[in-house]
Amino acid sequence: MQIYLPIAEISVNVFLLFGLGGLVGILSGMFGVGGGFLMTPLLFFIGIPPAVAVATGSNQIVASSVSGLLAHLKRKTVDLRMGSVLLVGGLLGAAMGIAIFNHLRALGQVDLLVQLCYVIFLGTIGALMFIESVRALQRAKKPGARKTRRKHGWVSTLPFKMKFRVSGLYISVIPPLAVGFFVGILAGIMGVGGGFIMVPAMIYLLGMPTKVVIGTSLFQIIFVATFTTLLHAITNETVDVVLALFLLIGGVIGAQFGTRIGLKMKAEQLRVLLAILVLAVCFKLGLDLLIKPAEVYSIATGGV
Amino acid sequence: MLRLISLLILLALPASAAEEIVLGLSQDEVAITATFEGSEILVFGAIRRDAQPPDGLLGVIVTVAGPDTPLVVRRKERRLGIWVNVDDVKIDAAPSFYAVASNAPLGKILRPSEDLHNRISIPQVVREVGTNVLDSRSFSAALMRIREHDGLYQTLEGAVDVSRETLFETRITMPSNLTEGSYRARIFLTRDGNVVDNYEVAIPVKKVGMERWLFNLAHERAVLYGLMSLAIAVAAGWLASAAFGLIRR
Repeated sequence: MQIYLPIAEISVNVFLLFGLGGLVGILSGMFGVGGGFLMTPLLFFIGIPPAVAVATGSNQIVASSVSGLLAHLKRKTVDLRMGSVLLVGGLLGAAMGIAIFNHLRALGQVDLLVQLCYVIFLGTIGALMFIESVRALQRAKKPGARKTRRKHGWVSTLPFKMKFRVSGLYISVIPPLAVGFFVGILAGIMGVGGGFIMVPAMIYLLGMPTKVVIGTSLFQIIFVATFTTLLHAITNETVDVVLALFLLIGGVIGAQFGTRIGLKMKAEQLRVLLAILVLAVCFKLGLDLLIKPAEVYSIATGGV
Repeated sequence: MLRLISLLILLALPASAAEEIVLGLSQDEVAITATFEGSEILVFGAIRRDAQPPDGLLGVIVTVAGPDTPLVVRRKERRLGIWVNVDDVKIDAAPSFYAVASNAPLGKILRPSEDLHNRISIPQVVREVGTNVLDSRSFSAALMRIREHDGLYQTLEGAVDVSRETLFETRITMPSNLTEGSYRARIFLTRDGNVVDNYEVAIPVKKVGMERWLFNLAHERAVLYGLMSLAIAVAAGWLASAAFGLIRR
């Protein structure tokens, strides 16, 4: 069954959209990532114009994140206080990121910047996470292995300390603000929620327990994605509500399944899987940059 | 069928020109609805003449063109090991859709000078502007190659059926990713490569119903549209969560 999308101005298969939404929704619920880093390239692949894909993707992220967050709220695995601090930094960062994006678009070559951002950040984070979690899995296999308490070093010397009871942390608000801000900038440039950067940052930089990280990340992503969706709808008029509707029907259902799968798995296993996924996307995008494309010419319409 | 009969009646009437085109279309406009999957337009007509058909090779050429848009064609090159956009050429005007159908190969029924003058074949409808790139030709060639591959540019030689040097018909298939606007159908009648008559008619292509309403809303009330999209997203997320909560209980 085909449907014509009014803003994208293209006709696509309805079940393909359900499938894409569902797949990204499962991952979103499992790992607490919005799934934008997967959804946006997948939408490009089925022929949706890039501007529409980025804007509509962020709308879809809102839906699947709400679905996932509600499931986590019921299990009390959301640190609302930490989420709010991250969000303040995130919104400031997103505004900054969009300003950088528009500036670079005026200079041209913005596609390259976005692609390089993806490859560099996905590659670095994926590799670090993979190594760390494989080690953690090996440790867990040895009986009687002692649990190492994470040391915060210089982080613990910073002022403005705050108690985050759900996370079991008593740390300065400066690191979470900085993490939120940095992720916000990248989210603005790359057109994603930023969960795949946020999740590892919360685990490794802030030392939060993995179970709390996912719900908290979803909480923050909802607001950043809402902000970007509105901005895209108003400035570029590229949000396709019909496309979003079909993606999010698949997405919200997928997110519910994903959350349940995630809760049944060990934290280390989750991290290895997320690392593999991130590395796979990085590898694919990296290949596109390195291998000679089948068609070296491309067409851009409108006032580019 | 009624139209064909009326065309035949028209044929019987006396005419001033030696040979003239009388035209019909299967549909006056293309409506893009939610289930739009592309469209097929039947272009049919007759050649009216008051005397015996003159000598010379008869050619019938039907073109359908979408609205002209300016665009940029970019070319990637390898820099520091990665493929990046290096050169670009601005194309002054290129139709978003173009189909040219004829009853015989264009080279046989159309002189190059007539093609240039009437802008009939695909290379003639893609116009480029001044550029500082040396091989700008390869950029317009790439544009045609990509759009032909996507089914947006079609050369349909032999697709026009002509019977008894009088009646002709052809079908033009338009893909689902059409741009809105006024499409232009042109019919050329040639004898020995010279255009002896032409006829032009507009085919509006527009979104209707739900598609029209959403498109207008997105462009005229962007804030409202954005909020609506978000409300749908949040509601869907909440509904799915509530539904799954019920199932588990």
